[in-house]
Amino acid sequence: MRAAGDPVTPYLQNPERATPQQIDAIKHKYHLDEPNYVQYYYWLNGIVHGDWGISQITKDPVLDTIAQKFPATFELAIVSTILAVSIGIMVGTRAATKVNSPFDQGTRVISLVGVSIPVFWLGVLLLAVFYYYLGWAPEPGRIDKQFDSVPTPTNFYLIDSILNLNWDMFVNVVAHLVLPAITLMFASTAIIIRIMRASMLEVLGSEYVRTARSKGLPEKAVIRKHARRNALIPTTTVVGLSFGGLLGGAVLTETIFLWNGMGRWSAEAALNLDTAGIMGFTMVTAIIYVLANLIVDILYAQLDPRVRLG
Amino acid sequence: MTDNDLKGKTLKKKVPPKAASSKFGQAFAPSIRELKFDMHLMSKSLTSIVGLGLFAFLLIIAAVPWLFAPPTGGLDPYVLPFDPYEPDPLPPGTSGHLLGSGRNGADIYYGIVWGARISMTFAIEVVGLAVVIGTVLGLISGYKGGLVDEVVMRITDIFLSIPSLILVMAIAAALGRNLDSTKLALMAIWWAGYTRLVRGQVLSVRENTYIDAARASGSGEIKIMFRHVLPNSWPPMLVAATMDMGTVVLVMASLSFLGLGAPSGYAEWGKMVYDGQQFFYKGDWWMVMFPGLAILLFVMAFNLMGDGLRDVLDPKMRR
Repeated sequence: MRAAGDPVTPYLQNPERATPQQIDAIKHKYHLDEPNYVQYYYWLNGIVHGDWGISQITKDPVLDTIAQKFPATFELAIVSTILAVSIGIMVGTRAATKVNSPFDQGTRVISLVGVSIPVFWLGVLLLAVFYYYLGWAPEPGRIDKQFDSVPTPTNFYLIDSILNLNWDMFVNVVAHLVLPAITLMFASTAIIIRIMRASMLEVLGSEYVRTARSKGLPEKAVIRKHARRNALIPTTTVVGLSFGGLLGGAVLTETIFLWNGMGRWSAEAALNLDTAGIMGFTMVTAIIYVLANLIVDILYAQLDPRVRLG
Repeated sequence: MTDNDLKGKTLKKKVPPKAASSKFGQAFAPSIRELKFDMHLMSKSLTSIVGLGLFAFLLIIAAVPWLFAPPTGGLDPYVLPFDPYEPDPLPPGTSGHLLGSGRNGADIYYGIVWGARISMTFAIEVVGLAVVIGTVLGLISGYKGGLVDEVVMRITDIFLSIPSLILVMAIAAALGRNLDSTKLALMAIWWAGYTRLVRGQVLSVRENTYIDAARASGSGEIKIMFRHVLPNSWPPMLVAATMDMGTVVLVMASLSFLGLGAPSGYAEWGKMVYDGQQFFYKGDWWMVMFPGLAILLFVMAFNLMGDGLRDVLDPKMRR
């Protein structure tokens, strides 16, 4: 959709000096002088054929910009998801096995705060305390300037540092990842803890858990083999759904931590009415979100033999 | 209490009070009993009490902010009052600034109070509209089925396949950088979740025998839909809507923080965090701390209430 903003500017060499004839020529070339539904046809056609327009901010084709910025966002999102899932499942299980213990009560408070806290506020707090006040964290960004000359073929800096066998770089990348990852994972972790705790409690009250216990199985085996596996099923759905929140949170987290990824670029695109950029980003996140939920559905069949892929 | 209410209503109808009261009482006795029971259950749970308390507190501030922080001039009351003779931020407790001030003497306490009104009206408007649209569409879609259902659900799928913050950001950016376009953008998408939720409930509720009974006894479609199906399909949406009041405010604050929603100097909590950010990094903490805490408390109030409501409305938890 080319509703707002000036669609002509990104195509001009120097917009200030463009003559009306040039502008008309560009309008005609890109079908901007035609009715909306015709424009929509051309836009849809472009999307399918890999022409996503030109981003006004980067002056590059949107698809190239996305390809270049995607690894940064994906690296952050994957690290956050892994952290959120592992912490969420661990803490949720423990809280459910010790219902109403101080640990459980503490968990409930933390998960309540986790779902209520604004992502951007948490990010600003962490950045202020750990970088500006205490000086423990490295400055905002993905990596220190000293590593600028190191080749980064994949743009996933964790992988690149391993490919380069550069230990210092790896440590540096991890250090830069810590604060943004914590900021981004906080809300998802809280949701996963809640649902894991609730479904563990439900499973622990079921007949087969009682059977397993009465067979004389050690408590560890009951929880790991019998209870947790079944409690993971509802949790998996929530992980897929909370991935959408994660992608939204990435916009805020990347803006605060000057992370050169898709999220920060999209926020700038939104502020500068870079319509092609916003549309491109929205499209990509929709695709990622749908794919993530597809993966979750496939995982379902793995976790639950009662579900068969049809 | 209930008796008096009933008499009041029946008197208006100019029907002999006693007879009508008993008739009216008979019709509504089960739901009144249910409501009393719900209230009783809610009063037993600590989380709902805390949530309700917080909510009441915020609601009072939002209803009459001028009692807590009177506006200073003929300007827009939602703009923080400023004082050009006070260029630098002052810490909390300075005379005239209970919670400190920002650049140009912008009073943080004033912003917190009026921000409550902005957040509360925003949440009520967005969630209220979404609930109405979602209920009607979900009810029709689930009860009618067929082509209507197919069309409505596919449209819902489109809205739900894009993370909400990102979709709102895209729409709000196209509509213009102000709070109203953020509100419009949220209104445009928020109904989709409720439509799906209500439809799912309706699908299971309409299979119940009491629906057949209502149909057999000659009730019309509309009456069955609104009198029998709707009240039994509501509870999950009520819980979701309560919690979403907080979520909607989180989205609003996030967009303002990014620069899309409220303009600078506005009494919107997300924007206040943004305005104070640079000072915060240098050590002046109050400009970021208080608005952030306000958002946290606001969202928490609705999450606690939603949790409490779910415990009450979910019959599984009762027994």
